[in-house]
Amino acid sequence: MRIVVCVKQVPATNDARIDPETKRIVREGVKAILNPFDTYAVEEAVLLRNRFGGEVIVISMGPEKALASLREAISVGADRAILLSNRAFGGSDTWATSYVLARAIQKIGQVDLVICGKQAVDGDTAQVGPGIAAHLDWLQATNVNHVEDVTDRDMKVTRMHEDGYDVCELAFPAVLTVVKGINIPRVPTLRGRLASLKSEIPVWGPADIGTDIDKIGLEGSPTRVVKTEPPKPRSTATKKISGAAVDCAIELVRELRLRSIL
Amino acid sequence: MRLRQEYEKAEYKNIWVVAEILSGKVQPVTHELIGAARPLADQRNSQVWVVLMGSGVTSQAGSLFTFGADKVIIVDDERLSGFVDELESKVLVRLIEKYKPETVICGATTRGRALIPRVAVMTNCGLTADCTGLGIDPENGDLLQTRPAFGGNIMATIRCPSHRPQMSTVRPRVMKAPEPDLNRTGETIQEAVEDSDTAKIKRIIEIFHSDETVVNLADARIIISGGRGMKGPAGFDMLRKLAAKVGGAVGASRAAVDAGWIPYAHQVGQTGQTVQTKVYIACAISGQIQHLVGMQSCDLIIAIDKNPDTPMMQMADIAVQGDVFEIVPEIIAQIPKL
Repeated sequence: MRIVVCVKQVPATNDARIDPETKRIVREGVKAILNPFDTYAVEEAVLLRNRFGGEVIVISMGPEKALASLREAISVGADRAILLSNRAFGGSDTWATSYVLARAIQKIGQVDLVICGKQAVDGDTAQVGPGIAAHLDWLQATNVNHVEDVTDRDMKVTRMHEDGYDVCELAFPAVLTVVKGINIPRVPTLRGRLASLKSEIPVWGPADIGTDIDKIGLEGSPTRVVKTEPPKPRSTATKKISGAAVDCAIELVRELRLRSIL
Repeated sequence: MRLRQEYEKAEYKNIWVVAEILSGKVQPVTHELIGAARPLADQRNSQVWVVLMGSGVTSQAGSLFTFGADKVIIVDDERLSGFVDELESKVLVRLIEKYKPETVICGATTRGRALIPRVAVMTNCGLTADCTGLGIDPENGDLLQTRPAFGGNIMATIRCPSHRPQMSTVRPRVMKAPEPDLNRTGETIQEAVEDSDTAKIKRIIEIFHSDETVVNLADARIIISGGRGMKGPAGFDMLRKLAAKVGGAVGASRAAVDAGWIPYAHQVGQTGQTVQTKVYIACAISGQIQHLVGMQSCDLIIAIDKNPDTPMMQMADIAVQGDVFEIVPEIIAQIPKL
């Protein structure tokens, strides 16, 4: 089974702090990490390969420093990685990004399964996984929290929905997006870390994967960001209530009634 | 479609709302989106159409008119009873190519966020995820789509200047559902699933929904959330009682989920769900940043904790200092019977 995992390097939230003025989170100058949801995608791919054989290939579109996230994936068991990096890819929205990733998957060839994290925690769009499936015209299952009955032709997956869950049979090739809870990602061993440092990670550009120039980068992106601004700051005043439990409760219920909530 | 010339925009008309169906029923987010689409359509001198895809849904078309729809396209087929992404996207793409809407909006629900990205790629259209605001640029009819990114730390406004239709998914509970006008009616259009649509699709084997698994955090008005300080599953039983009393849903921090006190479906935060409810009551949640990014856009944040110095107590609009195990039962007792 050949599995491709698509990952993204994102700013680490751990490093962020709260701005006392706006009560919002400040993320400038924070270090980069592997997108948390992607750690579940990598682990699931490694688990499947360990059971059924094959290969796990991790790919990412991003700047050169994203190599660190690819190495992290190799340190926990991925066989190899490819970085998709080129100035021409810059400015890609989710349409163009999923196109580039889909072209890379076609270039790799003979891929049975693509696994992505549910969403990246910086953009929060959750659009790239289904986008890849659409570009490839493959089946897709999003919000997957369980995989079972894997054969060489298909697998059963459990998807989480707002009103419960369902189990579906998904024929290969297919794209999954996975949520936390599908597995517990392993921590890298020393040997894994060494392997990741030694691994040669090729860098592919548009010519390597045969992308149409008008489908990548800003030019290939249907959406345009017109402006970005900080959200409305929260009221900085905190109303403090303390004292006996019953008094706190009475006070809080009164506050809720004042706001027509109860 | 990518447009070569500005005048080609005129070929695309009307705002479509893709109805959200769960367990065979139209969900409130559909009414909210009709409400949001109505003034935009009026501004463009066009109409609001709803695409109602599902099994046994025909009888629900009438109520969509009362919320402001002008036309409803009904695709009622038993093959649409579960959520088959590949099938629904093929049907929707065919309808889009046939009727050429200017704009397509859909709830930013699990289904919407799986279906619409697929449709956007298939139709070569731009898509903006998880919008919290929609407007129209009167100059050129471009939809101005506002969405939070970086866990709500940046608000980005996005447009799609040279592709039609323009597509967005919109968060539930952000737009206000209009009051239904029971005298309002409209026209229905019947469309069908074609046999070719069912090639290369997944097969749904089983669908489970029970009170145990229903955790519709996105659609809740009030979320009562518990953290490490709830000390165990019994603490969450207490929160469930409060939630039942106020008609809310129960959320949880990652710490409580990882401790096994409550299932993952309840988790709010970076690796759980992002919520934007009217009221968020954080019970004994210290407020690590990964949690805060999942709930900081809620209108009113209330924290209950012994420790007044936690990040959650600092960011809250109302901070109640005390023992959650003493205060919550008192709140339950104080709330009048509804």
